[in-house]
Amino acid sequence: MTIREIWQALGDIVIRMPRGFLVTFKHMFKKPVTLDYPRKREPMWPRYRGLHFLERYEDGSERCVCCGLCAAACPADAIYMEPAENERGERYAKIYEINMIRCIFCGFCEEACPEEAIFLGREYEFANDNRNSFIYTKEQLLVPFPRKDNPFKRLFRRVRKVYGIPGAKR
Amino acid sequence: MLEVAVISTLKVIVVVIVILTACAYATYVERKVVAFMQQRIGPLYAGPWGLLQPLADAIKLIFKEDIVPDRAERLTYGLAPMVSFIPAMLVFGVVPFSSSFTLFGYKISGVISDLNIAILWVFAVTSLGVYGTILAGWSSGSKYSLLGGLRASAQSISYELSYGLSIVGVIIMSGTLSMTELVGQQASILDWYIWRQPLGFLLYFTCAVAETNRAPFDLPEGESELVAGFHTEFSSMRFATFFVGEYAHMIAVGCVASTLFFGGWQGPLLPPVIWLTLKVFVFLFIFIWLRATLPRFRYDQLMQFGWKVLFPLAILNTMVTGLIVLW
Repeated sequence: MTIREIWQALGDIVIRMPRGFLVTFKHMFKKPVTLDYPRKREPMWPRYRGLHFLERYEDGSERCVCCGLCAAACPADAIYMEPAENERGERYAKIYEINMIRCIFCGFCEEACPEEAIFLGREYEFANDNRNSFIYTKEQLLVPFPRKDNPFKRLFRRVRKVYGIPGAKR
Repeated sequence: MLEVAVISTLKVIVVVIVILTACAYATYVERKVVAFMQQRIGPLYAGPWGLLQPLADAIKLIFKEDIVPDRAERLTYGLAPMVSFIPAMLVFGVVPFSSSFTLFGYKISGVISDLNIAILWVFAVTSLGVYGTILAGWSSGSKYSLLGGLRASAQSISYELSYGLSIVGVIIMSGTLSMTELVGQQASILDWYIWRQPLGFLLYFTCAVAETNRAPFDLPEGESELVAGFHTEFSSMRFATFFVGEYAHMIAVGCVASTLFFGGWQGPLLPPVIWLTLKVFVFLFIFIWLRATLPRFRYDQLMQFGWKVLFPLAILNTMVTGLIVLW
């Protein structure tokens, strides 16, 4: 060990090591970058695209006529549907399924829909431990009939769809 | 005679309970402090600010399945956690926690056993702790564990010498091996041995970090290369015993360091126990701070550091102190 190396070692101990310790010490008083997640959440972007939902008319009948445009627009081929006719001769979707594992949440189905029936909501916590549960059926996607949100929100949602204005919550 | 026995037993019970609780909360402090240093939040769920987290951990660990690998050496495997835990607890038998006080008309000394060779006892007993690690690594029947155990033995050989020598300076200066006398000699802050033995303290603390298997000397359990090293194959309460042992060891090192170099329970205004607790807490914080700051040593770096830096410095420190005392 030369004299020079000894000086260097001393410099490490006296100057450089405390400097490193100071860095971690300073970090103790900084604001944490993580969140207390389920209790607090990041503010969501207004145009966030989450889990889909199917809209209804005011009287509770489904808007979807099973035209297949959403399935055609879907780049991930995640939508499957089978049409049928009801007693009044109107088309409706007998089967309407979205595979949430395939879905890339691009929102093209929302753009393609001529009946304003499908929207992408704000739900993103639908993790599951079973692959089959990710195939959402029509019953799961339809909004509950005696709906909870008010007409203003619904109007807002439709306006958002047409003009691309930030949308409302499901 | 009966009186002494009852008082001693009560003291032992109180100390064991307090130390075990302190160990549990040391895990909480560690997780919180490391979290803050990494700009995270740390445990939050159990109780306010996550204060009941140690309790939740303990309950979880007790109810976990106790898995013993097929190729494990049963007897040694069962013994290893205890071997690493008990020596750490034995240290508290000679640590003076407080000055003597009177309670319900009985005069009670602040130390469980005022051994006249207390420091020798401390160093003899804490060095046994490494056998727990080695036995655990050897008896698990797993390569990772074996490597961890090997590292522990190699590491202990390279720092144990300087560990012992680092406090010889203090012993030469004080002329006693009794911890109560050492505390008695450091009544005022100017009498603290840290001012007369700064190098001795640095050496002691460095070796103590290695002794407790804490980062940056946590080679036996290096997660990145050995999964969890010597306790890879341990589960449930056996695993927890290793952890409690490690934290008890940390607290023991804090107690011994504050007794040897920082005046033990001596301090103005506040009661002696509080002073010792504060000093130990500072040491715990430094342990955690080290862990949050420094990366793990490489195997050969540790050897080089132990033999080429720590050991010569310890000898130098001892010799210089001896010469000064002689003149």
